Amino acid sequence: MMEAIRFEHVDVLFGPEPEKGLALLDEGADKDKIYQETENIVAVHDASLSVNRGDISVLMGLSGSGKSSLLRCINGLNKVNRGRMLIRDNGSMVDLSTCGKKVLHQIRTERISMVFQQFALMPWRTVWENVSFGLELSGVPRKKREELIRTNLELVKLEEWADKYPSELSGGMQQRVGLARALATDADILLMDEPFSALDPLIREHLQDELLMLQKNLRKTIVFVSHDLDEALKLGNQVSIMESGRIVQTGSGENILLNPANDYVRQFVASMNPLKVLNCNALMRPVTELSVEPSRDAGIVLDEDRGIVGRVDIDGCLEQVACDGAIYKMVELNDVNDMKTLSANTIVTGTPETSMRDAVEINHHSGHPMPVLSEDNRLIGVVGREEILGGIVRDS
Amino acid sequence: MDLTPSFLLNKIPVGQWVAKGLEFLTSNFDQQFRFFSDGLEWLILCTIDLLTVTPPLIVISGVMGLWYVLHRNLKGAVGLALALLLILNLGYWQETMETVALVLFATLISVLVGVPIGILAARKSWLYIGLRPVLDLMQTIPTFVYLIPTLMLFGLGMVPGLISTVVFSVPAPIRLTYLGISGVPRELVEAGKSFGASPLQLLYKVELPHAMPTIMAGLTQCIMLSLSMVVIAALVGADGLGKPVIRALNTVNMAQGFEAGLAIVIVAIVLDRLLKQSDQKTSSQDR
Ligand SMILES: Nc1ncnc2c1ncn2[C@@H]1O[C@H](COP(=O)(O)OP(=O)(O)OP(=O)(O)O)[C@@H](O)[C@H]1O
Ligand SMILES: [Mg+2]
Repeated sequence: MMEAIRFEHVDVLFGPEPEKGLALLDEGADKDKIYQETENIVAVHDASLSVNRGDISVLMGLSGSGKSSLLRCINGLNKVNRGRMLIRDNGSMVDLSTCGKKVLHQIRTERISMVFQQFALMPWRTVWENVSFGLELSGVPRKKREELIRTNLELVKLEEWADKYPSELSGGMQQRVGLARALATDADILLMDEPFSALDPLIREHLQDELLMLQKNLRKTIVFVSHDLDEALKLGNQVSIMESGRIVQTGSGENILLNPANDYVRQFVASMNPLKVLNCNALMRPVTELSVEPSRDAGIVLDEDRGIVGRVDIDGCLEQVACDGAIYKMVELNDVNDMKTLSANTIVTGTPETSMRDAVEINHHSGHPMPVLSEDNRLIGVVGREEILGGIVRDS
Repeated sequence: MDLTPSFLLNKIPVGQWVAKGLEFLTSNFDQQFRFFSDGLEWLILCTIDLLTVTPPLIVISGVMGLWYVLHRNLKGAVGLALALLLILNLGYWQETMETVALVLFATLISVLVGVPIGILAARKSWLYIGLRPVLDLMQTIPTFVYLIPTLMLFGLGMVPGLISTVVFSVPAPIRLTYLGISGVPRELVEAGKSFGASPLQLLYKVELPHAMPTIMAGLTQCIMLSLSMVVIAALVGADGLGKPVIRALNTVNMAQGFEAGLAIVIVAIVLDRLLKQSDQKTSSQDR
């Protein structure tokens, strides 16, 4: 995995004489005191984060927690007052605040592009001309430009709207133009500052799906700001939670759900009702939707990716679970004492009443999906990663 | 309480200072001012010659054509032509062309000076803070007051009229350019920057296009303000429709005064409508 962006102890302050604010910050003063004494607003404090190439990294937090401020350091819209913001460029990590105008220009025109919350389209330019904007600035010749505009408009399915003005488009379409404009420059890093927040829920979900589809082929490095945990979990390979300027936790979505670092994160997680409300009955993929392994008799595929297969008898009871010939030990959830000590060759089975929370934990610690058994031990379904994620984003 | 009388006795010689400053200018740079004045006068006279040598009917059809290109409306073009024919019929064609030339030059200079100043003011807040009282002064001080220095510096003729007109009308483009540029949404500027625009590219590709409707409104305003100075410009010897008005005033000639006034109004309406159209076209995209 190659690192594309790295923040090292970044502080961002707004106001006159930020040095004074930094000095106070080191003395441990809180934000209100710093504001009263020096009129500096501490937007980001001691943020360290590493984003891998091809990942979607989501910055999450309440309004004013400093998400945008941190994001905007990446393309230099905000100044890093202390610490370093590094971008991989030609094999080495470049510090934007010291790289000089030329490199900054090159990075902005070729490496990074941005999608804005309020779209930020030029109202006097047509859709076509808006997509052309970044290409004009990076000096792409006309022939090449037209080709790029066309392909990117097709990518966001707006080729028929090329001659319209943004005001003639719906919000969702406008943001697709914003996306096409950002994609057209062929930058490998995409910054998205709450790009879907101004849209209504249905369109938002639609665009999230579209983004994931595009990302499958494009493999950009995306830093995405959101104040919505559902969105963060749906999109992010990596989620960072920010609280009043600090990154309080970074990790995979599951990690955040299972081990909230503090009460603030716990509150976010708690507001996610699926975890508390859903049980495996609602969550599982029923046995009728699972495929049958053709080569073996009565083998039911529990996990396609890893090739885990369950064998059932005539009554439908789960007899045995195996993976590549190795046979797993089966344990009932109620008999598990400490989830953290589960060995890798153990399969834990649950019941329809098992909570989603337990299912997530079992998936996380054992690394295997959880078969769901009825009272008389018949296999009725399975809860794996996909079902869990499906449950998380489903009701939101 | 003998503080008050002494305060009142020692009058601050504001007026003298200004007069001294002016005297310094006239005695040291008279040559330069005359040279500038003569050059400008020649340019204006050439323009007037061009406008008056051309047969009026050709000028009128030219205006009609321009209107039609901007507006695509035949009815309006006919109305326009009738209004201009009325001026011709009343016998004020020569004066009208002189006024049009004066207004065009005044507007040109105002825009050339005002738009860059407005842009700079939007960039540097201290400049605008310093500029604001000056602009207020230029528009509120009675115009007759600065006729005196312009007269002394540039002599009688078109140029002092032109300068007075510019002084009066240049605040409009400055203010509206400032308003337009500083009204560009922050997000648009940031979008420009994030795609790597240099400050100059930001100006040409983001700020000016966004401010264009407002700047055009400034242009229209500038033209109207220039027209309102026509009579005053005539006092320092500028040719145009102001002259018959003043002559009518001196001889208490109601008929002549009304006719010349009517011609001024017609010029105002024609210029206003010509520009309003293109004005609306740009702003309709801006929604
Ligand atoms: N240009 C600026 N000048 C002064 N203060 C700023 C500026 N930008 C942000 N701030 C302050 O920095 C803090 C963090 O703001 P930021 O915009 O990063 O929050 P956010 O997490 O993006 O919030 P939101 O969800 O509302 O967008 C806030 O207190 C804000 O007032
Ligand atoms: Mg924000």
